[in-house]
Amino acid sequence: MEDHGSPALRALLTSFPDAIFGTHAHRGDATALVDADRVDQVLRRLRDDPELAFEMLTDLTCVDYLGEEPRFEVVYHLYSVAKNHRVRVKARVAEASPELPSAVPLWASADWMEREVWDLYGVRFRGHPDLRRILLYDGFEGHPLRKDYPKEKRQPLVGPRN
Amino acid sequence: MAGLSGRREEPLEDDFERDLHTEHQILNMGPSHPATHGTVKFLIELDGETIVDLDIQVGYLHRGFEKECEAGTWYQAIPYTDRLNYNSAILANVGFCLAVEKLLGLETPERCQWQRVLASELSRLADHLTRCGAACLELQAMTPFLYGIEARELTWDLMEILCGARVTSNYVRIGGVKHEMPASFPAACRTNIARIRALLRDFDEVVTSNRIFVDRLKGTGVISREDCLRYAVTGPILRSAGEPLDVRKAEPYLTYAELDFDVPIGEVGDNYDRYLVCVEEMQQSLRIVEQCLARLEKLGPGPVNSFDPRVRWPAKGRVFNQMEELIQQFKSVTEGPRVPAGEAYLATESANGELGFYLVSDGSAVPVKVRCRPPSFINLRPMPMMLRGAMLADLIPTFDFINMVGGECDR
Repeated sequence: MEDHGSPALRALLTSFPDAIFGTHAHRGDATALVDADRVDQVLRRLRDDPELAFEMLTDLTCVDYLGEEPRFEVVYHLYSVAKNHRVRVKARVAEASPELPSAVPLWASADWMEREVWDLYGVRFRGHPDLRRILLYDGFEGHPLRKDYPKEKRQPLVGPRN
Repeated sequence: MAGLSGRREEPLEDDFERDLHTEHQILNMGPSHPATHGTVKFLIELDGETIVDLDIQVGYLHRGFEKECEAGTWYQAIPYTDRLNYNSAILANVGFCLAVEKLLGLETPERCQWQRVLASELSRLADHLTRCGAACLELQAMTPFLYGIEARELTWDLMEILCGARVTSNYVRIGGVKHEMPASFPAACRTNIARIRALLRDFDEVVTSNRIFVDRLKGTGVISREDCLRYAVTGPILRSAGEPLDVRKAEPYLTYAELDFDVPIGEVGDNYDRYLVCVEEMQQSLRIVEQCLARLEKLGPGPVNSFDPRVRWPAKGRVFNQMEELIQQFKSVTEGPRVPAGEAYLATESANGELGFYLVSDGSAVPVKVRCRPPSFINLRPMPMMLRGAMLADLIPTFDFINMVGGECDR
């Protein structure tokens, strides 16, 4: 696998040779596909290595590749203010057990973003302190950004609860 | 000591030293409170008037932005981006189109880039004017609010000349902008800029050293640089904490590298610093607008849309007379561009911070994923930390200068 000239990918390929499944730098975005069970170790290394210094978890989202297995791809975008560089880390999780370690112990910004991914895609984050819905209400059934959730589907609004 | 009746009085000290029995109370603020821009609900745990804890409930304006984008063509997503941050619609237009262009590997003509920058900075100005004006209003200062809103009207008048709409402009296209700016625009722009400058001076005289305003803002809602980074907070909040991070400088897009402007920073990261940063950024935006006008005049007439056949719309005269152009027009309208398979993330500096779009395409005319990285949503997360131990009244200015916009936060 290639590091595409990115110091972050180079560090990951040397430290975690068996946890990196692939890399690319399409349109200049350095990207690594990593083992979902070890994604927290990979992210910790990216944050703590002074040469990389990814102080910010800029974005965290998920993509549903319906029909592929593993189905969901959780996407982390990291940014380093000190080094002014970015890296994208992706991890695939299966539909049967969509779960991966939480990034909240590493970055506080992961809190709401992981809640959003849980809310809209139904992917769980192990070790998240307060994993509940954020954009939708508690009685909502299903996860609407999944590709098999029909766009036209309507759900009754739940009444006020005690 | 014997009292008048000869009976010994109970010592008073015990009464003062005895713990008064107090209970924390839960206060519901919102979802429809005048100071919650859009709709958001705060569950506030109070000890007297001191905030003990705060839970923020967002999502009242959730309308499935991403789901809708994944159901239409690439073009059809652009009007939805207008409605993310409705104070500065063009900034989201530009962010989305730049991300699609990155995925297409497309360069836009120079004239288009300058017009995009010009429109973006007018948008940023309108957003900051709303934020500072509304903050004054919510601190019971009506006059500066009217100065701010009058200045915002002047920027919206310019928007109307430029793209026909005032608020939700739908101005930017993939590979260009809707049309060349009208010939009357530069003169109108210069006139309005002079009037906006005068209004900003009035605003500054009434507000910046106003005792009540300063007392309400200084030392409230403090956040440190380190906490900003942990919470991925960007934009004026991060800059007020002393970190000069601005995507326009760090990763220049469009023509920002050629422009001369400064990035103001604060010292302590309180609401007053955020106010000062916003006020200075408005002046910088005006400077950028003037430079754009000068550059556009120097460039002279030229194309504002890319000639790339994937995104080019044929000229109307040819559509009516030539079969191939008619077919191309039909395909452009019904399908729009087919974006090559792949993924791209592009960050731009919106008025609230880093506005990013992460797009995934499978090579078809319909996006697989359109993720908006919403600065409003992410900047709102540290608010409980900024307010624990503060007075209830400090919530209002802190919320004002976080400048959460419901459309963008809830998507």
